[in-house]
Amino acid sequence: MSIHSHELKETAVKVADADFAIDRREHTTASAVRDYWAKVRAGELGSLPAVFGLVSLIVLFTALRPETFLSERNIANLFVQAMSVTILALGLVFVLLLGEIDLSAGVTSGVCAAVMAKLMVEAGQPWYTAVLAALLTGLLIGTVIGLLVAVVRIPSFVVTLALFLGLQGITLRLIGEGGTVPVRDEVIVALANDNMPIWLGWTLAVGCSILFAASQLLRRHRQRSRGLIAPPLGLVVGRIAVVTAALLGITFLMGLDRAPSPTVVLNGVPWGVPLVALLVITATFVLGRTVYGRHVYAVGGNAEAARRAGINVTAIRMSVFMIASTLAAVAGMVDASRLNSVTPDAGAGNVLLYAVGATVIGGTSLFGGKGRAIDAVLGGLVISVIANGLGLLGAQAYLNMLITGGVLLLAASVDALARRRRVAVGR
Amino acid sequence: MADKATPVLQLTGVNKSFGAVKVLHDVDFAVYPGEVTALVGDNGAGKSTLIKCIAGIHPVDSGEFFFEGRPVTINSPRDAAALGIEVVYQDLALADNLDIVQNMFLGRERTRGLVLDEASMEESARQTLAKLSVRTVKSVRQLVASLSGGQRQTVAIAKAVLWQSKVVILDEPTAALGVAQTRQVLELVRRLADTGHGVVLISHNMNDVFQVADRITALYLGRVAAHVPRSAVTSTQVVELITAGRSGDLGLSPATTDNHL
Repeated sequence: MSIHSHELKETAVKVADADFAIDRREHTTASAVRDYWAKVRAGELGSLPAVFGLVSLIVLFTALRPETFLSERNIANLFVQAMSVTILALGLVFVLLLGEIDLSAGVTSGVCAAVMAKLMVEAGQPWYTAVLAALLTGLLIGTVIGLLVAVVRIPSFVVTLALFLGLQGITLRLIGEGGTVPVRDEVIVALANDNMPIWLGWTLAVGCSILFAASQLLRRHRQRSRGLIAPPLGLVVGRIAVVTAALLGITFLMGLDRAPSPTVVLNGVPWGVPLVALLVITATFVLGRTVYGRHVYAVGGNAEAARRAGINVTAIRMSVFMIASTLAAVAGMVDASRLNSVTPDAGAGNVLLYAVGATVIGGTSLFGGKGRAIDAVLGGLVISVIANGLGLLGAQAYLNMLITGGVLLLAASVDALARRRRVAVGR
Repeated sequence: MADKATPVLQLTGVNKSFGAVKVLHDVDFAVYPGEVTALVGDNGAGKSTLIKCIAGIHPVDSGEFFFEGRPVTINSPRDAAALGIEVVYQDLALADNLDIVQNMFLGRERTRGLVLDEASMEESARQTLAKLSVRTVKSVRQLVASLSGGQRQTVAIAKAVLWQSKVVILDEPTAALGVAQTRQVLELVRRLADTGHGVVLISHNMNDVFQVADRITALYLGRVAAHVPRSAVTSTQVVELITAGRSGDLGLSPATTDNHL
């Protein structure tokens, strides 16, 4: 009955494709495409719904408003409108990765913008002091949320719902009922209202393309030389082509004159775009390539497993709220720049709904453990295209709300159904 | 049997109470390198508590720990891990959303500077799996969610082995598995011992115990009823030890067992 070493026999059960079969197989572009499709069918939708949604919305609005929707001016508008929602959504990706929620991110952005504006206008502080103070305010709010959620263990839904109400009170107190604090500082205003010189735009676009291509190819080379699993060359080249085309295409479009009158020239990539790009690239790096990012995914996937693996789950939980609130501060300042002012209702209303919608539409799961930084960009663009397109159609506010709410619900349904599918096929 | 060998892990006179409830009474326990020690006992006999004491999750009230003959104290899971004691819990503690490599290195990721050293982790994970003759895994980059119960158990065990561990404690590793998968996991358990690990197997299943164990420690109501070589007992005797605390000459004295009845 015993199976001691000398009589060890291999089990008769041989599973097809066993023995690291996939690892040993040479990956071709065709097999990668097949694998991708198999993943999609198994409920790993990735960016597919967001890209599909974005393309259909662009086609729809172009058909309905052919002259205006795809004009250079409107495209620039779109990017500027998408900036703050994308930054807010980027912070929420971290929180959603743990399966938590931050309902107060929107109003946090409002408070931080108010702090910045008040410091500049009333205390006469330079922009960098004001920006630093706003960032610290965000960090402080995030720390408070983090302590209440991670240490006291109140559900994040309740903590941030309470702060959603409370922080609006702080913004109102800072700015005063019916008041507005104007934002006139050149640097801050330039963020959303001014453009990079054409040469700088091209330098950055070409530089980023080259860096991206080099890092992708180098990584694949390293993987192959050590006999590790590497994506096929076709896929890597395709990925590089898409990113390069997007970067150069946008730079080209933004380089065209989009001034409403022929006497002035208005062109270039808005300053906020490289800021968003920098934040997204940093977040992608942190989540994908660092120990911290790995631990965020682990805590989101199985907090108990993470705890037993020696990961400080409390610290990870706290940190995501600190990141989200600090990024909310950035989003608030970008919005203040776009609107040239801060009002008592800054960041209130549907700002947060849009940001949560953006992350979920982008493909980040509300159930935790699944999501990427790029989701915030794709989702942010979808949300902005809806708002922008409906604006061009002259749709009434009620319709705008109904449609945006509907899209969020749709995205959440796709997330839930895809998750069910993943559970069913065991992915 | 290597009776004269130094146990890799030895506990003497361990007592543990939770409030008024005394869960472990003067427990002596030893794990030998290259051997599988089965820890058996009914529900509530104190198996889990004993394991958690060894793993550093519960501090003991009194008692001594010796690791490779040296006296040691284990106050936290970190202490246990530092000594080379790894526990594979029943609920496996794997993150479904991460792949096999990521799970195996969870909490102990290798880095080059700031960046995760994926290449070296992938290589080591594959080597470890190959060393344990794990042959049913398609790819080390598969998500754990896509693995079968037996494969998950395998990954959890491989994870424990990755760290030059000396003692591997397996909590009911075959509880939820089918026949073929149970056999695979038991083979793996045997292989662990053959590669020099001291293995503790907690099980309710006499078949499993008699297939792979070298020694059997039976707990009865928080006391060690018997610590015997497998070859010296029959399945029926072990069942009696588990259910009554004694079997013929073996086990606790009638006075001790009757006290609890």
